[in-house]
Amino acid sequence: MRRIRNVCAFLLTAVTAVALTACSGGGDTAENADGPVTFTWWHNGTTDTRKAVWEQVAADYQAANPGVSFKIEPVQNEQFQTKIPLALQSDSPPDIYQQWGGGQGEGQLPSGKVADITEQTSPWIGSLGPIAKDWAADGKQFGVPYVGHTVGFWYRKDIFANAGITTPPATMEQLNEAVSKLKAAGVAPIAVGGKDRWPDAFYWGYLATRHCSPEELKKAVETVRMEHPCWLRAGQDLKAFLDTQPFQPGFVGTPAQQGAGSSAGLVANGQAAMELQGDWDPDTMAALTPDKDLNSKLGWFPFPTVAGGEGAPGAVLAGGDGFSCTKRTGAACAKFLQYLTSTPVQEKLAAVGAGLPVNPAAAQALTTDSLKSVFEYTQQASHRQTYFDIALPTSVGQALNDAIANFFAGQGTPETIVQAVNSAAAGNK
Amino acid sequence: MSSDLRRKLELTLFLGPALLLFVGFVLVPMVLAVYYSLYNWTGFTSLDDFAGFKNYLDALTGSVFQNAVWHNVVIAVLSLVVQLPLSIALALLLNRRLRGRAFLRVIVFAPYVLSEAITAVIWLLILQPGGFADQVLRAAGLGGLVRQWLADPDLVLFTLFVVITWKYIGFGIILLLAGLQGIPAELKEAAALDGATSWQTTRHVILPLLGPTVRIWIFLSVIGSLQLFDLVWIMTLGGPANASTTMATYLIDHGFKRYEFGFGSAVAVLLFIICFTFALLYQRFALRRDTEGAVSR
Repeated sequence: MRRIRNVCAFLLTAVTAVALTACSGGGDTAENADGPVTFTWWHNGTTDTRKAVWEQVAADYQAANPGVSFKIEPVQNEQFQTKIPLALQSDSPPDIYQQWGGGQGEGQLPSGKVADITEQTSPWIGSLGPIAKDWAADGKQFGVPYVGHTVGFWYRKDIFANAGITTPPATMEQLNEAVSKLKAAGVAPIAVGGKDRWPDAFYWGYLATRHCSPEELKKAVETVRMEHPCWLRAGQDLKAFLDTQPFQPGFVGTPAQQGAGSSAGLVANGQAAMELQGDWDPDTMAALTPDKDLNSKLGWFPFPTVAGGEGAPGAVLAGGDGFSCTKRTGAACAKFLQYLTSTPVQEKLAAVGAGLPVNPAAAQALTTDSLKSVFEYTQQASHRQTYFDIALPTSVGQALNDAIANFFAGQGTPETIVQAVNSAAAGNK
Repeated sequence: MSSDLRRKLELTLFLGPALLLFVGFVLVPMVLAVYYSLYNWTGFTSLDDFAGFKNYLDALTGSVFQNAVWHNVVIAVLSLVVQLPLSIALALLLNRRLRGRAFLRVIVFAPYVLSEAITAVIWLLILQPGGFADQVLRAAGLGGLVRQWLADPDLVLFTLFVVITWKYIGFGIILLLAGLQGIPAELKEAAALDGATSWQTTRHVILPLLGPTVRIWIFLSVIGSLQLFDLVWIMTLGGPANASTTMATYLIDHGFKRYEFGFGSAVAVLLFIICFTFALLYQRFALRRDTEGAVSR
């Protein structure tokens, strides 16, 4: 119990560090793109395969660009949350760091440390497609994605077959039917990691994407205001769906990715039939089951359509991983980020399941047919909606996730979810 | 060297480093937290959006924070009502001459040695649906008692309390055992000679003499309950639907997850004020007798 004192002390120390370093001025000088430079690089590839890929990429780049060297520091994914604000207030932020883009990334710009790489990226950034816009604000590119992510249903073909479901559901009615059939077959139809809150948000986010027109989606994210009735319809549809009790018992307390009892673990071990998750899910599942044949049992289908939705047909809820540069090495760093989007690097990333390539030429390196179909679906999507917790400013996005998680736990109404966004945007806590 | 100079030198030498650390890592951050708490601050900008006491007002009037305080109070009260009698009873038992006493003491104390994070992860596995706890209940024919231990908003706080008790009961027992060692055997003998029963000896001789130990335990337990964090964060993240939020999880949730560092600082200051007030009042009214003589005036 007393551990919190350490946490407080840490927090306060951290805050002090911010204050102390904020006082001293920064010596930011943008260098030219080809001079000798050492990059400090913070990425989230802490596990062996990803770490090895980045090490290889750095070595290759170094060999081709004499004078360039790297100081690579893998940082655990969740630690970025706490490390980035501190780093960006300090005098020596990392030169290259993990960046999820959206409103979250935009929130980092006032620190004055993030490099504007619009000029360096403009000749080629368009080739990445709409995803690159998530790493831009007010027409300025502040980062570059290296892989994309798309959310959809991962399901067990064997369990679907046992329950007599022949084709994956394409509409909400069909999904409800599938849920009943799976229940009758005695298996939890859908697993969700409600403890972590963000998996709940995928449901509301997708329903909103199906109900709201692309114009409304864009407007709401830009103005951080949700006024159109389509946002309420998302909540009403979610209510109706929750009323069918499609999830595993105790889903509000289930973690998403840790342990065999997590939502990913339940699907991986055949205790639940499907899960609405990102393309990384098969990778997560593989670590949670002894089943070596898992990939052949997994299939993917997009989030179903809703009746009367104004959303663009085939719109995806998506996100991605990218990097931002800080000012010291801005131009040289932008050149490196371009290298990350080159086919050889993209193929390496696709081959280890890091995500969906941002360079379509690398798609054939994806390891499974289902991942290839996720990639194709994403490429053909007429609208790409970034997960709302990333698209919106951080405080608003988290308030939204909390409201949706409460809704999953039986508290609140479709209205309270929308109110949470509007109220957080107005600065209420 | 004059004794006066020597004394000053000694003071500087011995107190200096500790004082420096204390000022740098405790006092300065505390003052800064108060300063930050007066601003709307995302952590990425300079401090230019002065908010006055709005952050405090928002926290104090927000239902989630109020609930968080309530959860801390519930844990503190439950600790006093459940853990204290249990600790005393077990300490009295383990203070007797009985076979395997040393072994039992180790068993009881073992959980306290585990880190709180490890405890949380172990219990997370035990309590997951269909996990060890459910299987034991079913095997014992008590399948009807199986609940969603961590997913039921009405139950989750009590589940967490059981885990806290499992972890910290050993500490209370060891503390009380030490207290029991300090009670002179002569008093018990005298009571026995006067014809006191074992219960009377316990009630009128041992328990009153345990007073100082019990008061210290209460102090540590209440402060610990107010600062509860790790266990809750790992096991439930404060959920479901904020049913197990504590002041500390609320602080981290807003400070670091929502990037509301000004607001988070305000919550930290409130948490500090609550702990500090309790500590002062308790020292003043409850611990005063125990520390009399120990503190020179």
